Amino acid sequence: MGMTITEKILAAHAGKESVRPGDNIWVDVDVLMTHDVCGPGTFSIFKKQFGENAKVWDRDKVVIIPDHFIFTKDTHANRNIDILRQFVKEQSLPHYFDVGTDRYKGVCHLALAQEGFNRPGEVLFGTDSHTSTSGAFGMFSTGIGNTDAAFILGTGKLWVKVPESMCFEFTGTFPEHVMAKDVILNVIGDIGVDGATYRAMEWRGDAVMSLSMEERMTLCNMAIEAGGKNGIIEADEVTTDYVKQRTDAPYKIYKSDEDAQYFFKKTYNASEMEPIVAKPHSPDNKAKVSECVDVKLDRAYIGSCTGGKLTDFMAAARLLKGKKVQIDTFIVPATREVEQDLYKEKIDGETLVDIFKNAGAYLGDPSCAACLGGPQDTFGRAKDNQVVISTTNRNFPGRMGSKQSHVYLASPYTAAASALTGHITNPADFIYN
Amino acid sequence: MNKVIEGVAYVLGNDVDTDQIIPAEHLVYSLSDPEERKNYGKFAMSGVPADQAGLPAGKIPFTENGQSESKYSIIIGGKNFGCGSSREHAPACMEIAGVRAVVAESYARIFYRNSVDGGFFIPFESVKRMVEEIKTGDDLIIDLNKSTLTNRSSNKTYELKSLGEVIEIIEAGNIFEYARKTGMIPSA
Repeated sequence: MGMTITEKILAAHAGKESVRPGDNIWVDVDVLMTHDVCGPGTFSIFKKQFGENAKVWDRDKVVIIPDHFIFTKDTHANRNIDILRQFVKEQSLPHYFDVGTDRYKGVCHLALAQEGFNRPGEVLFGTDSHTSTSGAFGMFSTGIGNTDAAFILGTGKLWVKVPESMCFEFTGTFPEHVMAKDVILNVIGDIGVDGATYRAMEWRGDAVMSLSMEERMTLCNMAIEAGGKNGIIEADEVTTDYVKQRTDAPYKIYKSDEDAQYFFKKTYNASEMEPIVAKPHSPDNKAKVSECVDVKLDRAYIGSCTGGKLTDFMAAARLLKGKKVQIDTFIVPATREVEQDLYKEKIDGETLVDIFKNAGAYLGDPSCAACLGGPQDTFGRAKDNQVVISTTNRNFPGRMGSKQSHVYLASPYTAAASALTGHITNPADFIYN
Repeated sequence: MNKVIEGVAYVLGNDVDTDQIIPAEHLVYSLSDPEERKNYGKFAMSGVPADQAGLPAGKIPFTENGQSESKYSIIIGGKNFGCGSSREHAPACMEIAGVRAVVAESYARIFYRNSVDGGFFIPFESVKRMVEEIKTGDDLIIDLNKSTLTNRSSNKTYELKSLGEVIEIIEAGNIFEYARKTGMIPSA
């Protein structure tokens, strides 16, 4: 019987010929990523369990990317960055991207890709639930807690229950005004916030394979919002072109067998996809944008690992160019590289930065920022009972900083179109007119 | 391992996410400093919307003003308990507040895994949904041998699902002790 790509990667990392869903196995870890929120707790458990002077299992496989609470006066948050620095120094870790230096990157999931740590066929764990993002590179990646991360630091291994796989196939061509964010919100709405719990979400079909790496990352990023263990897309030429620009490290491409077993399979016609929002207060509270046009908004937020990549800002800029936003609009590039691209990339001779500034939007520094609320002085943090349209990944009560606020999750196209009108707006109104 | 867990119930609904359990602005405190970590108990469950906090009536704070310990040590939850972020601060803040068990209809997997591997408390799954069966403040006892939950306030007993293969980690205490027991890492 055949295996899925997830099963093949896990089997290879457990030194086994084959594995089946439900098997509990110990896998060898290729990369462990942590950040400022979970790093300090992870390091203290590591020292407690393996000794004050213990060394990590492999310096080259540990990646530390501060990104959550960076541009804040919060003294505890800043102390946590110092703890990262201290550990990096003690352990002489090469892959640290320090705040306030040229090495600072920003949001870890995009930084992992941009710095060449996402490589097909590998196993990557991170102390962040959106670590599923890396699955876009045909690798196994998932989020873990501090304890599991500390265990990996000491041993290079972790136990994993092999997940069943669910297959989401999209055939044909996505309409121009539909983005990967609409696709994942649609699927989460179909299966629910626990519809993929303990399972792999495998994306297939010519429409998926026509997407850029950034759009593929958006699909895998929100697997966790359906409860998924990992999201995954087989590597192809688009993947290897991206990877080769970022690293010389070797990689291995795995593909699902024809006779692989899936717990669930659904084929969608890509051309029938529409812009989707997730209404408050759950990512599976799906509605078509066309059903929500009477929702008045107080602000728009475009950023995060889900919606703060160059592709996302190109989309937003396309709609905002030459126009003025009607509500407070926050632009937060995920990483420094994206930020630099905003100054370089142009639409009809105007840089994205100028397009955003001329439209009246506010620009923030690269970090997770208000996606998860954060300290009180966080850029774009929701206040009071504001109604927010956001390209981020979660609209749980209080997620963006205020328990009274209402957050609608949407694509960058929909967020930009809505910023221009002050109510939820179908981007098709701007794209085709 | 204790064979019974006794405590007072705090009842929550479906999809209690980790931002409700511990809002992100509080994820800055040290988990290892004995004093500073008490902040996690203080803010545990502080993100739960008021009408959902302590069902069925709601509006029951999990911890009293400024206290780091809660009088509620058994949490009752619905479906998909602990969804969202991988922050281990979520099960940690519950343990710091004094939680010793959660009985939910189902769990989000990272939260479940963190609870077990970190040894914070035991995450039980109920056979039937408990949210409407138990009121916040009810006096509960969990019998691990019989795999039952008894509500001593209503004199009703309910079946819990077997802990399954994770029982070995729970009995060992956490993933490190389990790995030592099985010889995977050297004994301390």
